Amino acid sequence: MLDRIALTLSVNGEPREIRVAPMTTLLEALRTELALTGAKRGCNQGVCGACTVLLDGRPVRGCLTLAVAVGEREVTTVEGLAPPGQLGRVQEALEQVGAVQCGFCTPGIVLALEGLLRETPHPDEDALREALSGNLCRCSGYVKILEGARRAVEAAS
Amino acid sequence: MNAFVDPLGASPARLEARDKLSGSARYLDDLSRPGMLHAAIAQSPHAHARILSCDVSQAAALPGVIAIVTGADIPARRVGGMVKDETMLAVGKVRYMGEPVAAVAARDAETARLAAQLIAVEYEVLPHVLDPEAALAPGAPILHEDQAQYVRTMEGGGSGNLVWQAVLAEGDAEAAFAACDVVVEGIYETPAQYHGYMEPNGVLAEPEANGRVLVIASCQSVHHVQQRVADELGIPMSQVRAQVPKVGGGFGGKHASNIHSICAWLARATGRPVKLALSRTLDMEIQRSRHPARIRLRTGAKRDGTIVARHAEILLDGGAYADESPNVMTFAMLMVRGPYRIPHVRIEGRVAYTNKLRAGSFRGFGNPQASFAGESQIDELAAKLGMDPVELRLKNAVQQGDRWIGGHTLTTCRLSDCLAAVRDAQAAAPKLPAPRHGRRRGIGFASLTHISGLMGTAASVHMRADGTIALNTGCVDIGQGSDTVMTQICASLLQVPIGQVAYAAQDSDLSPYNWKTAGSRSTYMTGRAVVGATEQVREKILDHAAEMMECAKADLELRPGGRVGIAGVPGREVGFREVAMRSLFKSGGPIMGFHGLVYDGERFDPKRALMQRLAFDNLGVYTFGAQCVEAELDEVTGKVEVLRMFSAHDVGRAINPVSCEGQIQGGIVQGLGYALTEELVWDDDGRLANPSFADYKLPGIKDVPRQIVPILFEEPEPTHPVGAKGVGEISMVGTAPAIANAVAQAGGPRLRRIPMTPERVLDALEP
Repeated sequence: MLDRIALTLSVNGEPREIRVAPMTTLLEALRTELALTGAKRGCNQGVCGACTVLLDGRPVRGCLTLAVAVGEREVTTVEGLAPPGQLGRVQEALEQVGAVQCGFCTPGIVLALEGLLRETPHPDEDALREALSGNLCRCSGYVKILEGARRAVEAAS
Repeated sequence: MNAFVDPLGASPARLEARDKLSGSARYLDDLSRPGMLHAAIAQSPHAHARILSCDVSQAAALPGVIAIVTGADIPARRVGGMVKDETMLAVGKVRYMGEPVAAVAARDAETARLAAQLIAVEYEVLPHVLDPEAALAPGAPILHEDQAQYVRTMEGGGSGNLVWQAVLAEGDAEAAFAACDVVVEGIYETPAQYHGYMEPNGVLAEPEANGRVLVIASCQSVHHVQQRVADELGIPMSQVRAQVPKVGGGFGGKHASNIHSICAWLARATGRPVKLALSRTLDMEIQRSRHPARIRLRTGAKRDGTIVARHAEILLDGGAYADESPNVMTFAMLMVRGPYRIPHVRIEGRVAYTNKLRAGSFRGFGNPQASFAGESQIDELAAKLGMDPVELRLKNAVQQGDRWIGGHTLTTCRLSDCLAAVRDAQAAAPKLPAPRHGRRRGIGFASLTHISGLMGTAASVHMRADGTIALNTGCVDIGQGSDTVMTQICASLLQVPIGQVAYAAQDSDLSPYNWKTAGSRSTYMTGRAVVGATEQVREKILDHAAEMMECAKADLELRPGGRVGIAGVPGREVGFREVAMRSLFKSGGPIMGFHGLVYDGERFDPKRALMQRLAFDNLGVYTFGAQCVEAELDEVTGKVEVLRMFSAHDVGRAINPVSCEGQIQGGIVQGLGYALTEELVWDDDGRLANPSFADYKLPGIKDVPRQIVPILFEEPEPTHPVGAKGVGEISMVGTAPAIANAVAQAGGPRLRRIPMTPERVLDALEP
């Protein structure tokens, strides 16, 4: 077993001290060290997007990011988007249109869209599809997810 | 006062949507226990080999390893569906590459995986066979030498590598073909498809009081898991308790799994909780796939388009273990005639063992294979007759009251309406821009048929002290929305908001029996149970109210919001809370209802059809639909792109129309992957070559058409008290043939093999 390294991560606005092995991914650190299990392990090789979190507001793969490489950047997980019992704009929109089925891809979808809207408040259809092109969903055929995305854009404008 | 909205048909948001959106919903791998161990699997490196010895000493010596189990340690109990041919770990032989041969429980996952690699198994490699036709040829290596000794629920005619064979026939197909004006014939091939649920299979097993073991599994039925684990461990079901957390998709791929029993064994051996959440690769290597199929199909018609005869020979590749193969084969046979009035039909089905991953249940259950062959061939017949493919379908379509092959009566059937609806919707839609140079565009259609029903289920409804309701069923929501649908039904009958009905998570100790989330049966079967149990509660509420208000029960009515009043007399009423308190503390006892049923519809009619060795004889009610696809073929790259789809469905009454649409859209896209990109591939040694999402291509958002238009036909199903039918699987079955038909209609090649990859399309395009 390699020695563990002490780190301070800034997660959802709070400094969190953890000790992890050098190869520990951000996804693993969040899930096992910080009990933030919203980010999911769907493939662990950067294809499915279920592990998406925001680093300084931009979507990244939690499973392809080493915890030790996060540094000072602010980590936002799905748990950090709204106070307990409340939903953020993207979450609200996805709920309203019935875009949540099994829900395993949902946190990743929410954060991919949240990341897009922070950078581009009025994305067109192509930009929405581009932003979600790294997130797989097996239940919905993406139709209602896109509907929710459009609604989130409208709600913001 | 807020107006009461009847939740039936109203599409309220999913009960658990907010939990899933906020990250607080708990799936299997989100669970942890103090002192929990992690399991890992040692897998076979050979497709077919005898196990000579197994040395675990090096693995056991690794610090942190707590327990190891091999095939030599377990009771050699063979389990399975119709044929009991499988053990939870390989015993004596391995029959596919990747098969679990041993398992380790260790303090952390990394140590467990390392230890699994240190287990030294000595093999005598045997010749292997990967192709089902080769497996059935004389001299092929035999996978199950003891097949004749295996316990089976009925005789399936299996021997050698033949798992099962069956015949289904009506009329006299051979004689009828001789009198046909036009005959078309072809061989249609479909691949092994992977379910691709976003959450891989996983299990957490832990010892419970009194020597029991609790198995928490990402699964489609706690009762099925309980039964299978008890069977494999050789202990009574009373010693096994099964629960389910939120499930990240199933599609038929989360029924029994060897890992449930493996972890239960390790938890019992160590006295500690043991978790195994499969990696994506392991899930692809050891779970199950859709059956690869080779279907030889012949259809004959008169010159006016009346279809007279059809003959099908279906060969399924079952992989190394029978699992649900006999049932999948039987259902493929029942579906391959298609929804047409064809008087002379002969269907022969066979399943073969091969040295590959087992094939098993997967959304559609043999029907996507049968429909690809059948619906492709209808278009080939139309082309040869010079008829419009929709007109040919309409001319021969089954109608309400007709009999299906085998004799089941079609209680509702809106197939013709669905066909006309998708044709008209496409014609009325704004024209798409003309195709770019080098691309050809076509329109393709397919009829869809499936069933909704099967087996046993039950529900219980209890009234709490404050008059709110507790609803309990064994129906597991794997993402399709059944928790919400069951709650809507119960709340509607009692006229209370859905927030006043608590729907319990499934637990084999507490939940009424349910077979499985399978067979498009939850709304149709468990929904009926919920109606029955809720009606009993309603009657008891009225009984109490009649005594409390000193009036005749017949004069009473339920009023929205949980109250009972005298019909026509405003104001005089009692609330559910008063009724509940009276029942608990004064008179009558707690108010509860319980209703269980088994699907007991029509059996096959032996006077009507020849039926040999079919694996079941009643199914459920029949469901219908139609699909229209606009697709383009790129002549340079060979890529097929779907631009727009219309899908009409005969859903009975839609309890939750938004969830119905979600099922339809999701099924279509799963069918799109099946049609264009998805295929598990094995190399010559029997190694699965693409066990990852990087190499196995699921449709992403850019692969799906910009428009998928669902159309619902709501004709109440008479055998369901609120008129509902299932829609879970039918959406999947028609996409591949509709796309193949669009490609042919565009002037492209007739593709009889899926997935229609660019390479295959280009090969077919070459002169």
